[in-house]
Amino acid sequence: MKKELVIIGGGPAGLAAAVAAYDAGLRDILILERDERLGGILNQCIHNGFGLHTFREELTGPEYAGRFIKQVEERKISYKLQTMVLELSHDRIITAMNREDGVFQIEAESVVLAMGCRERSRGALNIPGYRPAGIYSAGTAQRLVNMEGLMPGKEVVILGSGDIGLIMARRMTLEGAKVKVVAELMPYSGGLKRNIVQCLQDYDIPLKLSHTVVDIQGKERVEGVTLAKVDEKGKPVPGTEEFYTCDTLLLSVGLLPENELSKKAGIKLNAVTGGPIVDQRLATSMEGVFACGNVLHVHDLVDFVSQEAMLAGKSAAMYVQMQTKDYDQPIALLAGEGVRYTVPAYLVTEEMEEPVTVRFRVTGIKKNCKIVVYQGDVQLLSKKRPVVAPGEMESVLLKKEMLHTKEAIRICVEEG
Amino acid sequence: MSEKVLTCIGCPLGCTITVTMHDGKIESISGNTCKRGEVYARTEVTAPVRTVTSTVKVAGGILPVVSVKTAGDIPKEGIFPCMEELRKITVTAPVNTGDVIVENVCDTGVSVIATKNVEET
Repeated sequence: MKKELVIIGGGPAGLAAAVAAYDAGLRDILILERDERLGGILNQCIHNGFGLHTFREELTGPEYAGRFIKQVEERKISYKLQTMVLELSHDRIITAMNREDGVFQIEAESVVLAMGCRERSRGALNIPGYRPAGIYSAGTAQRLVNMEGLMPGKEVVILGSGDIGLIMARRMTLEGAKVKVVAELMPYSGGLKRNIVQCLQDYDIPLKLSHTVVDIQGKERVEGVTLAKVDEKGKPVPGTEEFYTCDTLLLSVGLLPENELSKKAGIKLNAVTGGPIVDQRLATSMEGVFACGNVLHVHDLVDFVSQEAMLAGKSAAMYVQMQTKDYDQPIALLAGEGVRYTVPAYLVTEEMEEPVTVRFRVTGIKKNCKIVVYQGDVQLLSKKRPVVAPGEMESVLLKKEMLHTKEAIRICVEEG
Repeated sequence: MSEKVLTCIGCPLGCTITVTMHDGKIESISGNTCKRGEVYARTEVTAPVRTVTSTVKVAGGILPVVSVKTAGDIPKEGIFPCMEELRKITVTAPVNTGDVIVENVCDTGVSVIATKNVEET
């Protein structure tokens, strides 16, 4: 089989990329999705708050996905469900399998990577103790409650105050469970303020900052967990242990882009984001392969995933139609003081028709600061921010006319 | 005189806002850094509202539950009564996005509607 564009993943990123590629003129598009339906993780995110930027209204996850699925159906873009991609080769041959077709290959002129991310597991945290039942990632619990109609437990402790953990604290409470405490290793929560208020404070669930789980009791089933305060280096402070009886421990301790396929294909990855290194077209180091959404870097808002994915879809279409190519001297975009990473990581000015949105995350909470962009010693722009936080993605807009040399560009957070 | 302390949800700044009340009336609002904070605090202390999202059981569907939401905000104290009512309900597949699951839930004047499609098995 040959295809002009194959999109790996039918979640919010894959759907938006497909729609944008179609609208840019491509017709020979195929989406490969491993789940039973399109929509990805949004199908289990039944809370509201999605779509404020894209649709100017507050939607639940399934509704937001539904809008994009409708657009895909209206355009008659083809997709295969329950289809697992096994390999992406250097010359863009995709090996996949499903029950109807068995193992099959597709020669793709272009590829959009939209595989999303997965949750960091208990193994990645090195919590000692037995391996009893009752320990779930927050996302697994979310799937059980919201899609399978099953409750994982009755008395719950949550480790990690990312948004999924906060959302699940409320969800389990509404379904009759007692959520005893949410513990967060950092001195601040990675979740949105709105979720702290509406998911924890509304239900009097305590949030313990600078705390972690140091022990899990129970052999067959979780019987309780011990929390302890941590010092500035994140090490537990002896004597601060507190025991909580519970039958369930939920982990909401971070998301990791799912790049096994990209790695195996030899696509260059960024060590900080865990996602491919891309230019402003979202082109990866492998020709004709583009990336967007949580496989590129973990987002907090699906609206930004959709925006980014539309760019990837459009870029893939342009690649197929005009065979846009690589250029010798891209301009590097560097994470300067106070910045963890930037996406894209470089700019190909020859292809820079429209202003480029550079998304990035800061290293820590900072009040009354400014975001400053330099090229060499020249300041390109500066904008004041009342507050920046690692949990909220930032962005700046760069235009071609700002750039006069090929020197590297640095984004920094400075005192306001 | 009573004091209520709130965290503003308007932006990541998350100002701590103190509202002083006297005989159920607002005397002063302090701690906010913008107008949005004041508006938020005023609604929060007088008539806080929330959108409720949950699931209800489905018979004969490809999923055992369908996600639902209140079509608008309901008073905050209505959250648990609303959950109680939803727990008693089983709908029959197919269910479509926007289908009314409960009309005027707990006399709030707000309906509970489905937020996804659940096809028949």
